[in-house]
Amino acid sequence: MKKLMIGNEAVAAGLHDGGLGVVSSYPGTPSTEITEFLSKYDDIHSEWAPNEKVACEVAFGASLAGARSACAMKHVGLNVAADPLFTLSYTGVNGGMVICVADDPAMHSSQNEQDSRHYAIASKVPMLEPADSMEAYTFAKTAFELSEKYDTPVILRMCTRIAHSQSIVETGEKTEAVLKDYEKNPAKYIMMPGNAIKRHPFVEERTLALQELAENCIYNTVEYNSDEIGIITSGCSYLYVKEVLGDKASILKIGMPNPLPVKTIKDFASKVKKLYVIEELDPIIETHVKSLGIEVIGKDKFSILGEFSQRTIAEALGLEVQNGIKADAVIPNRPPMMCAGCPHRGMFYTLAKNKITVHGDIGCYTLGAVPPLSALDSTLCMGASVSGLHGFNAARGTDAEKKSVAVIGDSTFIHSGMTGLVNVAYNATNSTVIILDNSITGMTGHQQNPTTGYNIKGDPAAKVNLEDLCKALGIGRVRVVDPYDLKACETAVKEELAAEEPSVIISRRPCVLLKSVKLEAPLKVDNDKCKSCKRCMGLGCPAISLKDGKAKIDTTLCVGCGVCKQLCAFDAII
Amino acid sequence: MKTTSVMIVGVGGQGSLLASKLLGRLLMDEGHDVKVSEVHGMSQRGGSVVTYVRFGEKVYSPIIAEGEADIIISFEKLEAARYASYLKKDGLIVVNTQQIDPMPVIIGNAEYPENVLDELKDKGLNIWALDALALAEQAGSSKAVNIVLMGKAAKQFDIPYERWIKAIENTVAPKFVEMNKKAFDLGYNN
Repeated sequence: MKKLMIGNEAVAAGLHDGGLGVVSSYPGTPSTEITEFLSKYDDIHSEWAPNEKVACEVAFGASLAGARSACAMKHVGLNVAADPLFTLSYTGVNGGMVICVADDPAMHSSQNEQDSRHYAIASKVPMLEPADSMEAYTFAKTAFELSEKYDTPVILRMCTRIAHSQSIVETGEKTEAVLKDYEKNPAKYIMMPGNAIKRHPFVEERTLALQELAENCIYNTVEYNSDEIGIITSGCSYLYVKEVLGDKASILKIGMPNPLPVKTIKDFASKVKKLYVIEELDPIIETHVKSLGIEVIGKDKFSILGEFSQRTIAEALGLEVQNGIKADAVIPNRPPMMCAGCPHRGMFYTLAKNKITVHGDIGCYTLGAVPPLSALDSTLCMGASVSGLHGFNAARGTDAEKKSVAVIGDSTFIHSGMTGLVNVAYNATNSTVIILDNSITGMTGHQQNPTTGYNIKGDPAAKVNLEDLCKALGIGRVRVVDPYDLKACETAVKEELAAEEPSVIISRRPCVLLKSVKLEAPLKVDNDKCKSCKRCMGLGCPAISLKDGKAKIDTTLCVGCGVCKQLCAFDAII
Repeated sequence: MKTTSVMIVGVGGQGSLLASKLLGRLLMDEGHDVKVSEVHGMSQRGGSVVTYVRFGEKVYSPIIAEGEADIIISFEKLEAARYASYLKKDGLIVVNTQQIDPMPVIIGNAEYPENVLDELKDKGLNIWALDALALAEQAGSSKAVNIVLMGKAAKQFDIPYERWIKAIENTVAPKFVEMNKKAFDLGYNN
């Protein structure tokens, strides 16, 4: 069947048609849709795990049990799953196992632009990298055979432009899912020193065998078109190279970035006069080519930063590019922001107003950093708000404890905030943690999580009670506040900061974008009463703007949350 | 056959994903190779969003660089100006005249360039401007801005009217088909 699919849908179709039995993932742009599409198949066990480490270990368990398994995550998620990954390399698999990881060059929706290929090299695990949806399907499907044949997990590397670009896929036959026999095998699966020491030589031998495969496999392909210019490239860089040069250069396309071939590269290099490596992010292929003693042009011409396009490649090669016509008028930026009616806004307004130091986290609420609220002081990684606050307070003492908080979403708290909270209680700082509970995993597009009461298929599931959880973790003071109620927010924040023990404020109201949320009628401004004090503008609500000196509410955006109304001293908002 | 490049730009939440889905599927059914590059995640939260649609005999790159777009379909005035330099010399901008203030304008740190389309026209750009929001409301929903704009741009593609209608039937939920057909017609005949 021919269908237009984003790369992530193609990965899902490939895994399914490759006989996948179990998938466990944590959402993260640009990887989320892989698991969302897999959840639509009834013959696969699919789930959202609390974090990527759990997801990867679930996939390991399923593989051990004899099923073909997978997990999916964004690049920084692999940091969380790195612990199981490195030792999975030693145990190998029973059923084939695929770890899908999506990099985000140019950081469209990420906090860094790390290159996941380092993980494949460091953990000595083979990695595949498709360049379009058709390849994403084929690579995902065949990854299971590779995994089982070489007794290794396989990493499937996507990047934003492949994951979120639709191209045409022709799907093939489905391999029926088979549950292989499970046999107890301590020497292979119990990685204590005496066993692991015997598995390490296996890993090294496997790498040599995979290197042999790299010389002759469906993943690495050569197009001989020219003996003048040769280009070694991979993933979306291949697409840009083809767009610019078509058949004017010879191309070695690498679809298996780890391990890289040797003989193939030497042969290719010997047949062209000038050799380039064009790869996004770090010089992985380039370093390998140079280690073979081959002269090559790479990162000195093609940036280590951001993502490429046909234009950046044409420019670097000294080819002509077209310039369009620009307006002379200054075009203001349009940064992303919290939606009108976002429940996070009331709490951020309260924190900014009271000049609180705010340790932020990863989610929609990272947008609390944007003017006019400018409420955040730090954002590092999932869970770091809670542990970072504890460290901050440990270093600066009582003064800091009285005016600093952590903010973390419900899903992020379950992901890795709870361990930080245990540390707050156990190592005793008087820290105040605010859980921004909007009853969904928001930024990645509304995925269920253990606090929502529903599973990936939308069926009712066990629901973590955040109040009970925080108490069980050792926090004595736990209170719930409605972030639409500014007075209540302020009272809660002041009282908990003043308290002489650790505390948690659960700022609870569902995301306004949830279909289950009943929206109120839009508010409007009484122009006669509006005194142009601009106090309501301090909320940074996209529905409120200034027209002819008076506040104006866009009725197509306003959801009637009423937070601005509480701020107006002249009762002008009705 | 050369590759044709279409950019769909707007503000996160305006429905550009549906427009690109409709166009991409239609072009594939017409026998073209197609690539559509979408934006997900952070940028969708009220930020500036851009979707690339490219079609031809064989399409490699999923993205469009400056000076390459044959058509830019813009859901908002400022966004048309932001991406104007992506247009080819003889390209066309189809733009909804709706003005959505970005946060720097809302909080008074920047000014909205009200007359930017006139400036671009004076510089020789080919611009078709229409109040797609009013037409969408006339069709029955402010959310149909995307389909009004597709209707307006439709004549630029070598695709018969009936196939566009069929594509709408195949893409939108059944209960919204009639409203969206009306929205398409209002754009098409405007």
